[in-house]
Amino acid sequence: MHAHAAPIALPAVRFASVVRHFGAVRAVDGVDLSIAPGEFFAMLGPSGSGKTTCLRLIAGFEQPDAGHIEIFGETVEGLPPYRRAVNTVFQDYALFPHLSVGDNVAYGLRVRGIGRADRDRMAREALAMVKLSGMETRRPAQLSGGQRQRVALARALVVRPKVLLLDEPLGALDLKLREEMQSELKGLQRALGLTFVFVTHDQSEALSMADRVAVFNEGRIVQVGPPEEVYERPATRFVARFVGSANVLEAREAQALGGPARPSSLRPEKIALLAPGAPVPEGAALVEARVTDVSYQGPVRRVSVLTGEGLALTAAIPATAAGAMVGATVRLAVPRDAVRSMEGEQ
Amino acid sequence: MSLASLDLPAPRDGLLRRLSDMLVRRARLLTLLLLLPPLLWLGLVYLGSLFVFLGQSVFSIDEFSGTIVREPTTATLLELFRPANLDILLRTIGISAAVTVLCAIIAFPIAYYAARYAGPRVKAAFYLAVMMPLWSSYLVKVYGWKLLLAKEGAIGWFAGKLGLAGALEAWLALPLVGGPSLSVSYTGMVLTFTYLWLPFMILPVQAALERVPPHLIEAAGDLGAAPGLVFRTVILPLAMPGVVAGAIFTFSLTLGDYIVPQIIGTSALVLGQAVYTLQGTAGNIPLAAAFSLVPILVMAVFLTLAKRTGAFDAL
Repeated sequence: MHAHAAPIALPAVRFASVVRHFGAVRAVDGVDLSIAPGEFFAMLGPSGSGKTTCLRLIAGFEQPDAGHIEIFGETVEGLPPYRRAVNTVFQDYALFPHLSVGDNVAYGLRVRGIGRADRDRMAREALAMVKLSGMETRRPAQLSGGQRQRVALARALVVRPKVLLLDEPLGALDLKLREEMQSELKGLQRALGLTFVFVTHDQSEALSMADRVAVFNEGRIVQVGPPEEVYERPATRFVARFVGSANVLEAREAQALGGPARPSSLRPEKIALLAPGAPVPEGAALVEARVTDVSYQGPVRRVSVLTGEGLALTAAIPATAAGAMVGATVRLAVPRDAVRSMEGEQ
Repeated sequence: MSLASLDLPAPRDGLLRRLSDMLVRRARLLTLLLLLPPLLWLGLVYLGSLFVFLGQSVFSIDEFSGTIVREPTTATLLELFRPANLDILLRTIGISAAVTVLCAIIAFPIAYYAARYAGPRVKAAFYLAVMMPLWSSYLVKVYGWKLLLAKEGAIGWFAGKLGLAGALEAWLALPLVGGPSLSVSYTGMVLTFTYLWLPFMILPVQAALERVPPHLIEAAGDLGAAPGLVFRTVILPLAMPGVVAGAIFTFSLTLGDYIVPQIIGTSALVLGQAVYTLQGTAGNIPLAAAFSLVPILVMAVFLTLAKRTGAFDAL
């Protein structure tokens, strides 16, 4: 699936004005979305933003209070999970502790009435696909977190779902394993040509894996688009801050920096720190400001500054560049085209 | 204000503090000190006296003088297999098994509701309702059941009102489970035992069901299992340790009881009554000890079978 492809005629998953509330809380508050077949779709948002409830609505664990849900054109309201051609990889993996790894993977085949020999063979193949050959007789309790994750993946994939749902599946893994699993998941998705719907609160995970990202806030989708678009052109203050912590500028401040007279976003890494006496680059505005905080983050340093006019900005500069000292006055160059209007704001 | 002004005086170095220091450093000593009293209680008072008593079963009784002959023999143990004694054992095991199965069948839905559907308030009421019968006198409850089960009792009256008098008659006419009235039948005895021991089945089953993560049930449904299949393949296996724990209670409590069979049921003896008369009026301690071995062996067999069938796989 091409990254910029618009959803085609028969979407894998379609939501139309879907609402789900729990008591007075509107967990999902009028969500419209359309996920294309074969797409890797990420639902990104803070906890309580409604992304997990949306996933559960697709799986059938929740039923919508209003609106309409389709999976490959089939209306699924009122359809229980066991009648839906979607499968879930749970956040805590939800492996059956009383079954061996092989029987866990074969569970979905067993309830479909597939014979012992066939399901054992298919389970073996699925385990080989996630690089866990020979683990069939182990118990889930004897596996590491990363291995359990793979078993959960194999268990969901072995029943050939039309859509695979993943609920923060990498949340419990350490950084190195997480990065490994990210590329492996992406590879599997590409190889199988399956539709993946992936819920995460980690913006870098969503950006690196997804074909399209939907950013959730307070039960609504605030922006949906390819990762580059969501990152480079956040539509609202919320998206600007949540995805990559951009600077948010009021219309007046944006205009003062040579941008549009509208609420705008400004990525910290677009701001350059000028050496003393260095000329201001073409097409950039010069800002003189006092450094209020510096934090080292490995590849970059985040430098917080405050201008004489009371504008607070954060710049991400290469960690190798001469560091600014707290309290010092620095000269910053802000490229005009980096000040971008947020189309979803008034 | 400088940070130094926040300094607190160090705690005084007393005897207790030094004792704590020593125990922190020597963790094994602490474990030993903690374990010693319960081990003494369990080892000497409990198991010690039990084994001394059970050890009596290798002695025999002199038929003429009625005194205990303290020479090891298998005669007393073999006496258990005499038809009259074997009859007592099989009857008791049969009743205990029936009570256990009935308790499990009645307890499971109650425990399931409490574990999976009840809110905090309903759950508090549930615990109260399950525990409350345990706070009233055992004898009062048994005599209460005697009245309920009697020929002119509430159960017979109610069956009559519902037009089921014929069904009750037919049941009582059956061999083995029947009798002149419910209160002098095995049916009545099993019902009374079931009522008495039900809380001991409900609580462990509820605890086991409470530990089944809701995600596992969702995962089973997600993988295509309809609710009945989810119950059979996931919920029941995971609740089995609780059912077995409950069965240990209901089974062994029924095996050892000698009061209910005196008040309700037939005149035929059960194991508890046999032990009671043997150690009392008959003075045959060796045979009483031999009888007492049976519940232990039965429980051992039961647990072995439970383990074989995978009841503890979820632990």
